[in-house]
Amino acid sequence: MYRLSVAAGQAMVFIVFFAAWEVLVHLLQIKPVILPPPSRIAVSAWENRELLLVNTWPTFVAITLGFLYAVATGFVIAIGIAYSRIIRELTYPFLVAAQILPKIAFAPLFLIWFGFGLTPKIVIAALIAFFPVVINTAKGLTSVDKELLQYMDSLGASGWEKFTKISLPWAMPYFFAALKISITLAIVGAVVGEFVAAGEGLGYIINASNISLDTELMFAAIVCMSVLGILLFLVIVAAERLIVVNAQDDASGASATM
Amino acid sequence: MSKAPGISIKNLSVSFRTKTSTVTALDDVSFDIAPGSFLSIVGPSGCGKTTLLKILSGVLQPTSGTVLFDGEPLSRLKTQGQVGYVFQRPLLLPWRTTLDNVMLTMEVARRGMSRAEREAEARRWLKIAGLQGFEERFPHELSGGMQQRVSICRALAFQPRILLMDEPFAALDEITRETLQEELLLLWAQTETTVVFITHSIPEAVLLSEQIVVMSARPGRVLERIPVPFERPRTEETRERPEFLALASHIRGLLRHRDPVTA
Repeated sequence: MYRLSVAAGQAMVFIVFFAAWEVLVHLLQIKPVILPPPSRIAVSAWENRELLLVNTWPTFVAITLGFLYAVATGFVIAIGIAYSRIIRELTYPFLVAAQILPKIAFAPLFLIWFGFGLTPKIVIAALIAFFPVVINTAKGLTSVDKELLQYMDSLGASGWEKFTKISLPWAMPYFFAALKISITLAIVGAVVGEFVAAGEGLGYIINASNISLDTELMFAAIVCMSVLGILLFLVIVAAERLIVVNAQDDASGASATM
Repeated sequence: MSKAPGISIKNLSVSFRTKTSTVTALDDVSFDIAPGSFLSIVGPSGCGKTTLLKILSGVLQPTSGTVLFDGEPLSRLKTQGQVGYVFQRPLLLPWRTTLDNVMLTMEVARRGMSRAEREAEARRWLKIAGLQGFEERFPHELSGGMQQRVSICRALAFQPRILLMDEPFAALDEITRETLQEELLLLWAQTETTVVFITHSIPEAVLLSEQIVVMSARPGRVLERIPVPFERPRTEETRERPEFLALASHIRGLLRHRDPVTA
């Protein structure tokens, strides 16, 4: 009962927000080109549905591929950092420094390196989604309870058994926390890539409608992107609930990282 | 079932060198543990109980003296897969169910068993420990006492030849503690495992053991080795018997006489 009323209250916040937006735009007579009311955005989204859908696909591909590359390489490097002192000590300062860099600033450079189209988008998405995976997963793997590992030693466990039975499941909550951050970063990366180096995709639509002062279409594209982002995020939450025991306890934290 | 080994400790000393001095953790400790028996080590903090445990598990080498494990010098390789542990913390895997937690030791140390055999064995132990119906629960759904029961089942399920218990009930409340002591005896009766049990609690040692080694602190020395003659099974009533209370008070006297801080 309590949960139900909370859900109703949460929905109300959204409704109040859009209603206030609609009303204020009319009351203050704000020009649609500055801020269109939600109703006009909805109409524009419907009228341009084909254009938006066609352009959602390349953005989705860029986000997903960039994210998957980031997760795969990040995971492997995290294992290296967790299990090899040399790798850890050599690469850690570099990784921290690289994490601080504003990687978005490299987007125009990637246009020069990788040309126009899908590749630079994937590279930017992967590059900024990569660091949370490395750092979080390495932290998860190294924070394993030492007594548990000693316990496994006393039983005569092999290194592989310790990894698969203890360290890997131990690191899973850290890994999924990283995935949730990384997917949102991959979205940012893909869109920035489309701003600078693409002839299609939602980022391109935003850019193009900006030039033609079609603010309604711009908002419609932003809505599409938000829906896409939320869906991708939910896929990760679902995977987490399948794999990590007690993941639901963490659900509020998950939405906080969004 | 493999036969439990006897352990023979002779003139064992362990010292650690620090920057400024040498700390003697154990000083000339000797005692024997009969095969399949239950021995407790009682003493104040700093009496080297944990050091002794590390020696017995083969993690630490003694400075001098010998430890014989079934007549042979003890080594890490020999004890691997032969020694079960129960610590103060249950150390369960939070992502595994009760049943899967108990199966862990068999998965690693008893590779010859099939999955079905391991599962049957785990279920059998959980039943003896009164955890039937909790097989599919996760550790966070269990009370502290139940978690420690699971930990004991896990340690006994692979039939280790020695079970080392390091203050396993210290973190539990008095009532849970007493229940678990009696249950431990029930579980142990099902095995031929030799138990070395470390505790701060004098009544606990008297109830459980066949032999008690009383130790002093800094350096750790054996004050007395006391056989406990009470017949088994030992129950609630055993705790009330005058001989039980007399023995407990004798041990308390030994420790107080030595360590004025705890008096």
